[in-house]
Amino acid sequence: MPTYSLRINTEIYEVTVPEGTPLLWVLREHLELTGTKYSCGIAQCGTCTIHVDGRPAKACVLPIEGVANGEEIKTIEGLSESADHPVQKAWIEEQVPQCGYCQSGQIMQAAALLKQNPNPSREEIKRYMSPVMCRCGTYIRILKAIERASETTNL
Amino acid sequence: MKNHLKTIPEKGFTRREFLKSSSGVALFIGVSGLLPQMISCKDTKGIKEQLEKHEITAWVQITEDGEITIFNPAAEMGQGSMTALPLLFAEEMDADWSRVKVEFSPQESAIYGSEGWVPGSKLMFTVGSRTTKSYYPVMRKAGAEARYILRHSAAELWGVPLSETSTKNSEVIHEVSGKKLGYGELVPHLKLPENMPDISESDLKKQKDFQLVGKYIPRTEIPSKTDGSAQFAIDILMPEMVYAVLERGNLHGATPTLLNEVEILAQDGVLQLVPFDYAVGIVAKSLEQVLQAKKLLKIEWSESQATGFNSQEVYTSYENIAGQGKKGRIINEMGSVENAARSASKSYTADFKNDYVYHAQMEPLNAIIQVAEDGQSAEVWVGSQQGPDTKLGVPDILGIAPEKVNVHLQYLGGGFGRRSMNDFVEECAEIAKVMAPKPVKLIWTREDDVGYGAFRPLSLQRLKASVDNTGNITGFSHCVIGDGGHLVASGARNDHYNIPNQLVEWRSASHGVRLKHWRAVGHGPNKFAIESMLDEIAYQQNMDPVALRRKLMADSPRALATLEKVAEISDWNGPTKEGRAKGVSFVEHGSLGTGVCEISVDQNTGKIKVHHFWIALDAGIVVQPDNVKAQMEGGVIMGMSSVLKEQITIKDGRVQQSNYHNYPLLRMEDIPDSIETVLIDSNEIPEGVGETATPMVAGAIANAFLKLTGKRLRHIPFTSERVLAALNS
Repeated sequence: MPTYSLRINTEIYEVTVPEGTPLLWVLREHLELTGTKYSCGIAQCGTCTIHVDGRPAKACVLPIEGVANGEEIKTIEGLSESADHPVQKAWIEEQVPQCGYCQSGQIMQAAALLKQNPNPSREEIKRYMSPVMCRCGTYIRILKAIERASETTNL
Repeated sequence: MKNHLKTIPEKGFTRREFLKSSSGVALFIGVSGLLPQMISCKDTKGIKEQLEKHEITAWVQITEDGEITIFNPAAEMGQGSMTALPLLFAEEMDADWSRVKVEFSPQESAIYGSEGWVPGSKLMFTVGSRTTKSYYPVMRKAGAEARYILRHSAAELWGVPLSETSTKNSEVIHEVSGKKLGYGELVPHLKLPENMPDISESDLKKQKDFQLVGKYIPRTEIPSKTDGSAQFAIDILMPEMVYAVLERGNLHGATPTLLNEVEILAQDGVLQLVPFDYAVGIVAKSLEQVLQAKKLLKIEWSESQATGFNSQEVYTSYENIAGQGKKGRIINEMGSVENAARSASKSYTADFKNDYVYHAQMEPLNAIIQVAEDGQSAEVWVGSQQGPDTKLGVPDILGIAPEKVNVHLQYLGGGFGRRSMNDFVEECAEIAKVMAPKPVKLIWTREDDVGYGAFRPLSLQRLKASVDNTGNITGFSHCVIGDGGHLVASGARNDHYNIPNQLVEWRSASHGVRLKHWRAVGHGPNKFAIESMLDEIAYQQNMDPVALRRKLMADSPRALATLEKVAEISDWNGPTKEGRAKGVSFVEHGSLGTGVCEISVDQNTGKIKVHHFWIALDAGIVVQPDNVKAQMEGGVIMGMSSVLKEQITIKDGRVQQSNYHNYPLLRMEDIPDSIETVLIDSNEIPEGVGETATPMVAGAIANAFLKLTGKRLRHIPFTSERVLAALNS
């Protein structure tokens, strides 16, 4: 089995897995970065959303060899130093999560949105966030939290 | 290179070890007929002796620096038990909430169970939206007992009468002398009273004195759900852990014959094949290896009871069953619907249908079990809604006593009823038994979860109503046809509508498809049918739907108050924007709620857009108002998702959907502009709120659609095709 070198959250990890192994299994089962969740495995639900070179990506369909060439991978564990990213703070203030399982994906998607577009409209938020599903139905609060985070970051 | 060693998860605690961790005391209280016990957390011998001597309940642990740990006996799947139950305890204990930590209690039903499900038997079972209601008296009484012990100890220490002591914010106070001691400071001085008085309802706080209950209190576990640290069972990693998956096919009940065993066993990392009656299990060293091997399985499946069953064609046979003269099982009967029909000036009949729906909880089913090398004990990590057997079937599979199985409850990545069936735990136990002492992580892939799902049954409801010459509904009969008994029949009663002659009956069907409680169970389809029928009558009689319900609810003041309130906040009688209409729907599911939605319809695509949703809810005393509102929001979104999008179909017994690409859920682009909830003030005991909003949605949308278009939607989900067909009818 080949060994791959990954840049994740400012650290370098080496891992030996079969070629084609989805990054999601590497993160979760090999590197103990379990904040990124598995839900569909076919890039439909967005629960496993992470950042690759600053853009949101779905870890369940990223073969490891495609992200082991110096790409910067960021997971929920590396989004902020002490869970204090404006999106994370807004998530607590708006009491967004219910079961919480999709929320790492939601937060990573929201953080990517605000980085690209610090002042999104409601419609822009809805469109950008639609790839990430929530079964508990926390969407209304996600929307409010992103609006709150957007205001905070622009102060 | 960073060298990562897999770490053993925190095991939570066993009855034998869970109090060892810190200095301080644990108060064992709240079990009727036993004196409270108090043991130093350092005194492991004492703890052990007490635990062996009595079935005792430890609800709280207090350390000398004032940190208070309260144990939550219920599953946490997003509904807020991790806050609501400890909050009730802390309220009566007068604990400083900012110093309270919450942990799951051990899964021991004799100790931590509630009688809220079956009087006389103690269960740990997080179902039916009954957690807060069931534990409301238990947690309050236990909290009050803890407070009594603290006051008693301070009074003894100070040599003052107990009656002169009071408590506030984790302090015992003696106002006469000005003395105060924090609960932590009291730990070395705690003494049990010789005779612990029986705490009665009158000793508990009055609603007006609540400091925590009914206030805005952030949920305790939310921070951990924003940084990836909240631990779900699927996140557990252990040394030597192996991975298991099952191939179950999509024809429920079919038996597999594996055709390429040798090839599978030769795959990289594959350790073991484990046969099941209905599946082939594979165990491998890594998840990627076990999934790769699963793809290569060649299996021949037998036929099953479901073979030949076509879900979308079955409604014709249901219509025939509905038309038969012989009644089914009577669920409710009052007066005579036949007499009402004979004296009616108008009669109405309509059929309502609903397809299968799937739970789609975001965390696929999974469990981690380690069986000891000698097979005589087991550790289980799982997100379960627990069950009648708190040990989730594991002891029977291993042939060992229940106390030898230690269940470590983890957060649930969604439940919605699916995790009240512990088939996935039993599967993991079967495999862990073979693999002992290696820990086994069993994962259902999403495809497994959909294809071998346990669905809310499809059903048909035939409703008949009689109206007299003054416009009063005098008879209402509701015949439910479908598989699963309560699963299709719940919610078919009308206890809040004053209709003198009523009949509710269930007629069975059986298709061999796996079925399970799905949020609100039969209430979804049945409330859709009832509420739609009322609006069809109102429409025909030229009556306002709210006015019709106002008349029907005249003898149910609490239900009526929710109707009046929602009419007010939705501006029911006010003007509605061009191209939009409002619809109303009432649901009782523990709590009472009336909802109003405002919709528009794209005439070209058949897509329904929900613009606003308003709910007025009477849930009795509300423990966490913001959380109740969150449950209404989530309930409406899940309701919209199921009513507008979700559909499991079965052809020749085979489930046709396999993942989210062909079982889509509602996404953010389709949410309403607002979901507004008003909570009606009440001093009645708390009622469940998790399943009240979801079953409102279908009726409210169908009724708005009727008002907007004059057409009827009688089959959920309201797919574009069905909406277009209704528009063109």
